Amino acid sequence: MKLTLSWLKSHLDTTADLKTIVNTLTKIGLEVEDVYNPAENLKGFMTARAENVVMHPDSDHLHVLTANTGSEKLQVVCGAPNVQEGMVGIFAPVGVNIPCYNEILKVGKIRGVESFGMMCSEKELCIGEDHTGIIELPKDTPIGVPAAQVLNIDPVIEISITPNRAECLGVRGIARDLAAAGIGRLKPLNIQKTEGTFESPIKVHVQCLNECPTYVGRYIKNVNNKVQTPKWMKDRLTAIGLRSISPLVDITNYINYDLARPLHVFDADKIKGDILVRMCHEGEHFVALDEKEYELDALSLGICDDEGVECLGGIMGGLSKGCSEDTTNVFLECALFKPECIARTGRKFAIESDSRYRYERWVDPKSNILGSDYATELILEICGGEASYQMIEGNEDFKPQVAYIRPSRMKSFVGVDVRAEKIVEILKNLGFETSFEGDKIKAISPSWRGDIACEQDLIEEVVRIIGLDEIEPQSMTYDNLPKQTLTPSQMRVVTVRHELASRGMFETVTFSFTSSKLADMFHKIGQTDTVLIEKPISADLDEMRPSLLPNLLLGAQNNVARGFYNVSLFEVGPEFYGREPKAQRTVAAGIRLGLTADKDWAKTSRAFDVFDAKADALAAIAAACGPIDNVQITTDAPAYYHGGRSGALRLGKNVLAYFGELHPNVAKKFSIKGRVMAFEVYLDNVPLPREAKSKTRKKLELSAFQSVAKDFAFVVDKSIAAANLIAAAKNADRNFITDVRLFDVFEGENVPQGKKSIAITVVFQPKEQTFTEKDIENLMNKVIVSVAKATNGSLRA
Amino acid sequence: MEDMNLLESEIMAQIAGASDLKHLDDVRVAVLGKKGVLTEKMKTLGQMEEHLRIETAKKLNTLKNKIEEAFGAKKSALEDAALNTRLQEEKIDVTLPVRPEVQGRIHPVSKIFEEVFAIFGALGFEVAEGPDIEDQFHNFNALNMPLNHPARQMQDTFYIASKQSEPFDMESAYVARTHTSGIQIRTMENKKPPIRIIAPGRTYRSDMDATHTPMFHQVEGLVVDKTTTFAELKGCLSDFVKAFFELDNIPVRYRPSYFPFTEPSAEMDIGCLKTKTELKIGAGDDWLEILGCGMVHPNVLRAGGIDPDEYQGFAFGVGIDRLAMLKYGIPDLRTFFESDLRWLKHYGFAPLDFSSLTGGLNGNGGSLR
Repeated sequence: MKLTLSWLKSHLDTTADLKTIVNTLTKIGLEVEDVYNPAENLKGFMTARAENVVMHPDSDHLHVLTANTGSEKLQVVCGAPNVQEGMVGIFAPVGVNIPCYNEILKVGKIRGVESFGMMCSEKELCIGEDHTGIIELPKDTPIGVPAAQVLNIDPVIEISITPNRAECLGVRGIARDLAAAGIGRLKPLNIQKTEGTFESPIKVHVQCLNECPTYVGRYIKNVNNKVQTPKWMKDRLTAIGLRSISPLVDITNYINYDLARPLHVFDADKIKGDILVRMCHEGEHFVALDEKEYELDALSLGICDDEGVECLGGIMGGLSKGCSEDTTNVFLECALFKPECIARTGRKFAIESDSRYRYERWVDPKSNILGSDYATELILEICGGEASYQMIEGNEDFKPQVAYIRPSRMKSFVGVDVRAEKIVEILKNLGFETSFEGDKIKAISPSWRGDIACEQDLIEEVVRIIGLDEIEPQSMTYDNLPKQTLTPSQMRVVTVRHELASRGMFETVTFSFTSSKLADMFHKIGQTDTVLIEKPISADLDEMRPSLLPNLLLGAQNNVARGFYNVSLFEVGPEFYGREPKAQRTVAAGIRLGLTADKDWAKTSRAFDVFDAKADALAAIAAACGPIDNVQITTDAPAYYHGGRSGALRLGKNVLAYFGELHPNVAKKFSIKGRVMAFEVYLDNVPLPREAKSKTRKKLELSAFQSVAKDFAFVVDKSIAAANLIAAAKNADRNFITDVRLFDVFEGENVPQGKKSIAITVVFQPKEQTFTEKDIENLMNKVIVSVAKATNGSLRA
Repeated sequence: MEDMNLLESEIMAQIAGASDLKHLDDVRVAVLGKKGVLTEKMKTLGQMEEHLRIETAKKLNTLKNKIEEAFGAKKSALEDAALNTRLQEEKIDVTLPVRPEVQGRIHPVSKIFEEVFAIFGALGFEVAEGPDIEDQFHNFNALNMPLNHPARQMQDTFYIASKQSEPFDMESAYVARTHTSGIQIRTMENKKPPIRIIAPGRTYRSDMDATHTPMFHQVEGLVVDKTTTFAELKGCLSDFVKAFFELDNIPVRYRPSYFPFTEPSAEMDIGCLKTKTELKIGAGDDWLEILGCGMVHPNVLRAGGIDPDEYQGFAFGVGIDRLAMLKYGIPDLRTFFESDLRWLKHYGFAPLDFSSLTGGLNGNGGSLR
């Protein structure tokens, strides 16, 4: 909402300066977003008298004159038709910046005559629209004084109006608030009522009083829409960014911004028959002023004539019934439409207008007759013509809202003492009718306020006028030491992040949406739902991601494109497997591609492989307090992984993670050359350790006897999983075997075709006494038998 | 006797002349070995008369001890020399770089969340979470934003049809949560006052330009009990910004504002100094909007199953990305989500950097490498 200072002062009698007004507005909840003061651009400009005005020797329209600033007399060439001997205007000396052109004025030479400055028009100073001639000040204006002192400069204030303060979408509402805050006095509204002289030939019938409880109509004949809109109105509209169109349109726009009162003017000669306010028919067509055609529905409110919908009530007028330069008879509408109806229709058809904006918030239900009178007055004054009697359909009966406030609540709710008399004074100034009922103050809302429903609303009114600064801040207290802030499952998300970062990975945050084209291949087995966004902000952000990987891969792709080939990125965030709330999992996912490091003299750098991804996944599970020793590995990762180089880490059916090399087609889709390792850890699936009864650790039992480590090499089928062999060795004896380590896998010379050799170290730990040779032999045999049974393998010869 | 002295000097000369351990060992064998000169001498003792034998044996033993000592000394000397030679040979260039190690990073958004947890944790808040896709009840209606509420139009909401294969129906659709305020409702539904929670998370609005991204992060706060006032809201949030920006004094201003879910509502500004090149938080003549807050609207308490005549409290919401930008001088919001390794390395945090009030909110994870 924009307004000018002079516009504000037409409603507010005040001596406060601009700065005080601006600060007060923000203080009372009308946040000033911007103040534009044209005076700030007029430094160096001053008044001067035009003397010795003669025709330019080489032109039939230019003049040459002497600009007398009191201290200097400078030769100036002037093209303005209105220049006259002795007139006082605004002079721009060489060196000042001309606001309109944003250029520094230089010495000019026009058709051979030098010019040492310029006499200015309003437009050149950016203080008005007039560019037909130079500014003419009263003859007795002193010369040589700064321009800002003598010009009628009107600063523009831009305010952000919150949705609850609909009445402040009109200048008068803002003036009223300022008056309540002690900045001046609200001037009475002085609107002349026009009685009218004839019956309107166009009648109004309202079929839906629910949606349109009041309709005030009036016929005005013989208007002249070719006249100029008065300068004061044009200036105000221009200043707030509205283009002047025609007097009739300008008047409705002006009242909309002056009183927050939407109006509509039809060209009465284009209306066929009477006006009928009714709900539209399903599929009824309507071409609005924005020249778009809409197919309306039965919940839309139409202002109709015999030819159909001519105006979408309260939202936008129709193209065919609007006023033009040639309009001579008009029909003026000032009606009330229900916010719900306007909001729904506006939203449905996505039509934005100043009118909709006001109706869907709140329009003073008692301002219909008033608005009609105001518009009539201005139309007759500016365009001439003759008004019919006013027609009123429905009525302005309005049940005002009532709320109560207990003065004691100021202290117990807000923390500041305010006397009851002060509360009453503030509410009265804001237009409430107040009375005491016991210890409560009863407050009846003024009709322009639709937002006051409860005690808290009244508390806000009081507190914003006295100022939030009056409330003394008070630190919060608590009785005991604070509880743990994060739950274990929240804390482990933090730990997992730090663990992955300490493994050399870079944490990123990517959008929760991704491109459905890319996401397609990342749907998990069994996921049937594609969670598409209804109106995505762009086509490549149209699906709630089924996996974190596509966005990580896009990140990798961008880094590779910048010449960074070694990429280790991870993210912890949600993936979505369904559209309903909670159909999401928290995933720690990462990708690695390229080399572990750039090449180095110690030759440690190598390409990332599956075991890096597996190590990352296991580390994340461990960081999440998962039962890492019990994790099983299966080879059934989703299809976007390389079938032969991927796996799942699980506890039975519960999948904790997938890891592996991504399928080459995936890398290709993201234009990534080379292999990409990836992992996805499902943190919600990782069981939290059971809460121990006691924090004391189990007693450490140290054996007095040295353990014995023995190496074995088994020849097994190539298809045998190493993990099975290790497990078989481990399970050979539960009492004495404490560790099994795999240290070699070999295929080739001396190993038969289709077989591989796996070498392990098994550690035996004696308990009561040292092993005898026989004990060791027995244990080794157990290992050989167990492995043979599980893998069909035999000791390598 | 002469004989003995001569033998001693001869042997000593041989020991002294040994050039390496091998040579020394040869000398030792030649002197003390089974057939060594001294051993041979010892062997002759048996044939000697008793008095001569005793005397000779004494001398021989003395000589033997002397020689063994000399051998020992020489051996140590030779070993030292050999070790010195080895050490000389083993010299390497320690100025070579170490084997490469990559230090990862924590994203600034995660860091700010940790900092916020640390501060509000000290004020007795717990962290609550909720789903990213919300029903309209929790995202709007329960927050005093019925369907036709203008504030609902102001938030550019992403909708998700509630059923996959049917035509889109706005009224039953789910939304990508426009704020984490829905968690307030979910908390009240499940917990009796007193409540002190913060609700962090991703939030979504259909807005993309220089200062907006369609996803951003928020933390909401909710306090509900019987006595909490707006004065405590001010105290709590002032304490927060001071702790967060790690400044003893930050000018703070509250402006009345409007949110459907609070009444009275306010926006909080902090003081700052704006120059052409930088923005400094703290003293200065400019204000920077930092968060929205207010006393919980009675309708919201009711929607959460709490009696507004008995309980009251406050709520607030802060943009996490914006806090990161302000605190760490990160100029462009869009860069947060681009996964640019150069950016992550520059603006990210060390893996061991943990946030607490005991060890500091940040910068305690050692140098960035």
